[in-house]
Amino acid sequence: MAEIIEMPKLSDTMTSGTLVKWLKKEGDTVTNGDKLAEVETDKATMELENFEDGVLLRHYVGEGEEVEIGRPVCAIGEEGEEAPDAAGGGEGGPSEAAAGEETAGKEAASPTEEAAPESPLIPAEPAAETTASTGRRKISPLARKLAEEHGIDPARLTGSGTNGRIVKADVEKAVAEGVPAASAEPAPASAPTAPARESVREIGPPPAPAPTPVPQLESREEPVSNMRATIARRLLESKTTIPHYYLEIEVDMGPLLDLRQSINAGLADLPPEQGGARFTVNHFFLKACAEAIRRAPAINSTWAGDKVIRHGEVHLAFAVAVDEGLVTPVIREADRKGLRQIAMEANELTGKARQKKLTPAEMSDSTFTLTNLGMFGITSFFGIINPPNAAILSIGATVEKPVVVDGALAVGRRTTLGLSADHRVVDGAVGASFLQALQTVLESPSVLLV
Amino acid sequence: MPEITYRQAINDALAEEIERDENVFVMGEEVAQYNGAYKVTEGLYDRFGEDRIKDTPISEAGFIGMGIGASMLGLRPVMELMFWSFSYVAFDQIVNNAAMVRYMSGGLTHVPIVIRGPANGGTNVGATHSHTPENFMAHTPGLKVVCPATPYDAKGLLKTAIRDNDPVYVMENTLLYGNKGEVPTEEYTIPLGHAQVLREGRDVSLIGHGRSILTALEAAGHLAGEGIEAEVVDLRSLRPLDIDTVLASVARTHRVVLVDENKPFCGVSAQVSHMIQEEAFDELDAPIRRVTSLDAPAIYSDPLEREQLPNPRRIQEAVQQVLEDAPRAAG
Repeated sequence: MAEIIEMPKLSDTMTSGTLVKWLKKEGDTVTNGDKLAEVETDKATMELENFEDGVLLRHYVGEGEEVEIGRPVCAIGEEGEEAPDAAGGGEGGPSEAAAGEETAGKEAASPTEEAAPESPLIPAEPAAETTASTGRRKISPLARKLAEEHGIDPARLTGSGTNGRIVKADVEKAVAEGVPAASAEPAPASAPTAPARESVREIGPPPAPAPTPVPQLESREEPVSNMRATIARRLLESKTTIPHYYLEIEVDMGPLLDLRQSINAGLADLPPEQGGARFTVNHFFLKACAEAIRRAPAINSTWAGDKVIRHGEVHLAFAVAVDEGLVTPVIREADRKGLRQIAMEANELTGKARQKKLTPAEMSDSTFTLTNLGMFGITSFFGIINPPNAAILSIGATVEKPVVVDGALAVGRRTTLGLSADHRVVDGAVGASFLQALQTVLESPSVLLV
Repeated sequence: MPEITYRQAINDALAEEIERDENVFVMGEEVAQYNGAYKVTEGLYDRFGEDRIKDTPISEAGFIGMGIGASMLGLRPVMELMFWSFSYVAFDQIVNNAAMVRYMSGGLTHVPIVIRGPANGGTNVGATHSHTPENFMAHTPGLKVVCPATPYDAKGLLKTAIRDNDPVYVMENTLLYGNKGEVPTEEYTIPLGHAQVLREGRDVSLIGHGRSILTALEAAGHLAGEGIEAEVVDLRSLRPLDIDTVLASVARTHRVVLVDENKPFCGVSAQVSHMIQEEAFDELDAPIRRVTSLDAPAIYSDPLEREQLPNPRRIQEAVQQVLEDAPRAAG
């Protein structure tokens, strides 16, 4: 009897996952512990682990499809066994699976079609895209029918109905105002006029009358990825529900940069087994924050509605820009770790972040967050608080500037630090004492080494 | 066309059918000498005598059973229930025997009985006297159910019911008995299974039966003042049900609010809702919404009972909701 593998809940907030890539093909022999597929959740790309022994009989979903928790993704059984229909639950299940099958079939067949030059007019409508774009989008039955009639891809519409459901009025508006048709294939040369297009204006580069020397920007609409949706939801919630206030302090980075240079000079060229390492300014900031929080612990809190949680550990999150947005991996118990340990963990987490391999656990439970735009030359800014933190530190670029030292003009190396704090938990004086502690630690950085 | 009351329209239908067909007779509690608990049969005893207008003991199971037996032998009894709520003591006769005889006799024996009486709440008579069992009856294959909302329909549907060869149950409403409406003096009947569009509109279909559809009509009037054009469809006959008229309306408006004095669970509107989504799925621009009686025994408090039953305000709110679900095109 074949086992139907369903989409598991891979994170607390996950409601669906996108099957990014199949790692096992239909017909592959699989054993307990194999990775079946890569799944993108709202937080990370994770591997779908297999617990069955047998043969992967059938994929119920194609790559790129979004799958709700509990819906079937594949079947595993004995060799030669027929895969059951995906009877995994509510409406639309089996038919979706069937659509996926059909898609796979068409894809498999397409090379043959392409290889037949005498039949260039075979409709090249990308079935996979149609399936994916109409998949789980909320659209009223009537609007769906109208969109199909007008050749409009519902993925490109914005719904005005309840919960963003696309309704008749939205389709009619799109027809009137113009939205690209679902099939955006160029018209065959033998058919210079395309009457079906008359009412549907395409967004895109207009046919250029003469070759343009400069590449032009193109208008397009992109579906919202899980990560983008999570960022949007969390930051909107933060900025609209947390009373942010902002403090700024300038730090003399001279001593820290000298210290870093001296440490790197001694360690960077050594092999790892002899303690070789290379430290970035960020590593020092992370360590300095952990140290400063020890000195001004009230910043390390959470507003929980009817109570304030004062955290007993410092879990430092730091923002890492990735292709589609950003993630905030967490160094746990940073207050109990040395600079070397923090640097090592930060490097590992940053690498995982860029490959979208962070696990939800590696992004959970932060108590304070750092963000740094210094590498872009931004001198000062204020990040949005990363809930449930009470504050976020924004690190600007270190710049050389004239400063007055002991009554004389000198060249200083200065960084401006911004603190955005939640006034429900952290009053101005508390935020200020934290920044002051941080300034002290950064300007006397040798304390970071003990 | 003269205006007469709903009560008079039923009285006229009974009188005309008694005159037309010698097999037709009226039987029930206090229908004869007392002229009917709600005076629907007023004057008929004096006019037609005790052979055609029969008082019965207070025993619904007994006299309904007697009526079924009489109909099996070729008479056409018109049984009055003082309240359809009392049908529950005669459930076996009404649902089991009347509905099944034709089938179980292989079509040899018909049951041309009419059972009529008020089936409504809203009169502050308590939970046991306020039932609307049209859904119970319409559930059963072999039974026909009509719910006239107007004097015209009450007369036309009752006459058709009396002439029908199967059990037809006519659900009236004590709150409608005094309503006046135009009724032609000349002979007419209304076929079973024909819904009627009472008001045309393009924004939403209000669909229901009985007094509820008049409430919907009132709500539609208020909505028109807000620029919302509601179409009002009176089902009139629940079984057979004229789903075609319903679907045609849905195809015009694409939004549906069902209005139903039944309780929501397994109510008539639940069935209509199912049929709409099954037959007109692609015409729907918003989920079907319902305004039914609130799901509790009929509330004895008068103000609360008025809130329990569908009222214009609740219908208007439901319409606003479907218009939020699927906004109209701007401009």
